[in-house]
Amino acid sequence: MKNMKIEAAAQAIFTVCAFLSVIAVASITLYMIANGVPALFKVGIKELLFSTVWKPTAAEPSFGILYIILTSVIGTAMAILIGVPIALLTAVFLAEVAPKWLAAFVRPAVELLAGIPSVIYGLLGMMILNPLMYRWELRLFHDSDTHRFTGGSNLLSAVLVLAVMILPTVVSISEAALRAVPQELKSSSMALGASHVQTIFKVTIPAAKQGIITGIVLGVGRALGEAMAISMVSGNGVNFPLPFASVRFLTTAIVSEMGYAGGVHRQVLFTIGLVLFVFILLVNIALNAVLRKGE
Amino acid sequence: MTGKRKCKDNFVLVLIYLSAFFSETLLAAMIVYVFVRGFSAISLPFLTSVSSVLEGTVGIAGNIVNTLYIVVLTLFIATPIGIGSAIWLNEYAGKSRGVRLIEFTTETLAGIPSVIFGLFGMVFFGTTLGLGYSVLTGALTLTLMILPLITRNTQEALKSVPDSYRSGAIGMGATKWYMIRTILLPSAMPGIVTGVILAVGRIVGESAALLFTAGSGYLLPKPGTGLFHKILESGGTLTIQLYLSMSKAQYDVAFGIAVVLLCIVFMINILTKILAGK
Repeated sequence: MKNMKIEAAAQAIFTVCAFLSVIAVASITLYMIANGVPALFKVGIKELLFSTVWKPTAAEPSFGILYIILTSVIGTAMAILIGVPIALLTAVFLAEVAPKWLAAFVRPAVELLAGIPSVIYGLLGMMILNPLMYRWELRLFHDSDTHRFTGGSNLLSAVLVLAVMILPTVVSISEAALRAVPQELKSSSMALGASHVQTIFKVTIPAAKQGIITGIVLGVGRALGEAMAISMVSGNGVNFPLPFASVRFLTTAIVSEMGYAGGVHRQVLFTIGLVLFVFILLVNIALNAVLRKGE
Repeated sequence: MTGKRKCKDNFVLVLIYLSAFFSETLLAAMIVYVFVRGFSAISLPFLTSVSSVLEGTVGIAGNIVNTLYIVVLTLFIATPIGIGSAIWLNEYAGKSRGVRLIEFTTETLAGIPSVIFGLFGMVFFGTTLGLGYSVLTGALTLTLMILPLITRNTQEALKSVPDSYRSGAIGMGATKWYMIRTILLPSAMPGIVTGVILAVGRIVGESAALLFTAGSGYLLPKPGTGLFHKILESGGTLTIQLYLSMSKAQYDVAFGIAVVLLCIVFMINILTKILAGK
């Protein structure tokens, strides 16, 4: 009898543990909506989402976050454009080209890149990339009257940091996908006279498309959500996301202003959080769609 | 093979090699840079004292202690829940609709950016539960963040335990919970430990979720009951202190902390390698 009670208790406890993740996601969603929606009505949806003027602390404050949204979207797209080709070629290297000893040398390096805390990426971006960017900026815009100099803290710096940060995710998932392509497929291609490189690009990569896309979507999520690494390198001005402009991302807006914001300003920061949350949910839905297609 | 094809192939191969060596050299350059700039900052007083204008000391002892507090407290809360959740999914649930729901939410939880966890932790644990900026608020926030990691690793480990172990134990008259406790969990232990170590890595490297939950306190806990009270006081981890030092342009301190963090990351990496080899 006592045993049965213990059994029942154990099962009940495990069930509660398991459903905690459901409760967590539900309450995060609820709290993000409850805290993010009020500002939409106070400021006005059009005024908030489609205006470009961000002056939260002015006497007549203006809370347009369009440039902030655009920066996150364009910045992420640029990071993907730069990072994915390098990541994909690295995955090809690890899965198809490299001799074992060399792969055993490169793979841990990629894994370590994933383990480095984002603040360290930020620190290095600030100390190495920003001065470099400033030199480019001086050269490119030395006779421009309209360019506002940023000292190198610009969109491009942030994009490069993000591109590096998504490498490990895309590499490891793409590599696994490439390795899962059956050997017969590759052998048949080679037997038909295709070269190794042709086989990789015409047979192996298309066959592993699903996994590669999964990796890219996860990379998008990672880039969209990164905050600390880019908050120090992107300049933090609210501008249209041009490569050499000082910009503010959804994430960096929250990180840099939450410390002192109050009233409507604070609520708007939660709306920014909500926008980011919606983007991430969309990424998640896309991910699920990709995964389901593979089943 | 025509000459043109071969030329093109070789060009692509060069690109592939270049990409691979890009990550390699990048990592090496980053590590060397951090160690060169940060090594001079590392000293015994730097690691064992607290920054104080009065005494003229610069140190990160408080942040090291805070990091330990957050790691231990988070694991203390998250590990049992994560393991329990995995046990339910793998041993009790079968193929019910609940499983798909939980797997979906676990995926979602894993994909939520840390800054969102930070916002949620701040308003829920900090304001609604009234915990304010404290080590506990930070630990509870991070619990949600690392839960998927522990659940998934435990689940994988449980899956790899052969079914014959289960039927053998049940056949000998063991109850289910007894079987889980004495057969399954010990067999799955290496996988569970790997998950926990990976979680330690996540916690140590985390910053955005802690900025508005655990705050930025850098003082050491007072001895005695202060050790316990610390849980309800603000405590900035190493990453937070790095960020703050960076924004105050104290680059020596920032690089010093970066060296400490990199050493921890290396150790965690080596540990997981050793465990995976077992």
